[in-house]
Amino acid sequence: MTDPRPETVDEPVALRAPVPWSTVWRGQGPVVAVVAVGGAAGASARYGAALLWPAQPGAFPWTTFWVNVVGCFVIGVFMVLITGVWAAHRLVRPFFGTGVLGGFTTFSTYAVDIQRLLDEGRPLTALAYLAATLVTALAAVWAAVTLTRRVSARWSR
Amino acid sequence: MNWLLVIVGGMVGAPLRHLTDRAVRSRSDATFPWGTFTVNVVGCLILGTLTGAATAGAASSHLQLLLGTGLCGALSTYSTFSYETLRLAEDGARFHAAVNAVASVVAGLGAAFAGVAAADALWA
Repeated sequence: MTDPRPETVDEPVALRAPVPWSTVWRGQGPVVAVVAVGGAAGASARYGAALLWPAQPGAFPWTTFWVNVVGCFVIGVFMVLITGVWAAHRLVRPFFGTGVLGGFTTFSTYAVDIQRLLDEGRPLTALAYLAATLVTALAAVWAAVTLTRRVSARWSR
Repeated sequence: MNWLLVIVGGMVGAPLRHLTDRAVRSRSDATFPWGTFTVNVVGCLILGTLTGAATAGAASSHLQLLLGTGLCGALSTYSTFSYETLRLAEDGARFHAAVNAVASVVAGLGAAFAGVAAADALWA
């Protein structure tokens, strides 16, 4: 690791062990509040997508797939802007990165949908969904970070 | 009513993820994103249990919206998971990045199966 204190989605400088518990909780009130509001918005958007495009039993879960891929692309764009380009208020990052995007994307539904597909006797669909989500989500965040860096470098020239 | 349940679940799940991440970070090696790993595995375990309970008729659709769509959905995250994996790879910790991706999927799936099995044993 080149950077011993990496940027996190939550805050510019990550906590690093060992830290007393008082430091862990100090000043977290406003952050918890904006993460809660963002999380409610993100979860609602995901629920809305599930109502618009309901999952068919035994089929590839396209709605959750796209929710996760879109969320990963957007976090890539957002993190490049917030760490380099845009001097935003300190609560913007926990609100949007941790709250909205964290609430919008989901790992638990991904895992349980794979379990359900296997249980329904759809091992190939389960395996395709497992691999496609992982590969596409990682490709989306990489593409978003790379593109946003390139565009912002051109702008600042 | 349904929207309210999802909103309340999301309002609890997301801050729970943030605080768990801080707590885990303050007690663990900074090179591996243990905080996100923890919330994702716990989210899979709870959602697996809830899904098993629902299949057995022990969890209402309201409870599934509150705890499943709202709480577990917001507690677990794919965006932070993939961003942290990319950061590990960019920082030269490619092995850590690959381990994070594979271990998260394997542990999450294991937790989902364990949750369903536990619910089957309890309610079926």
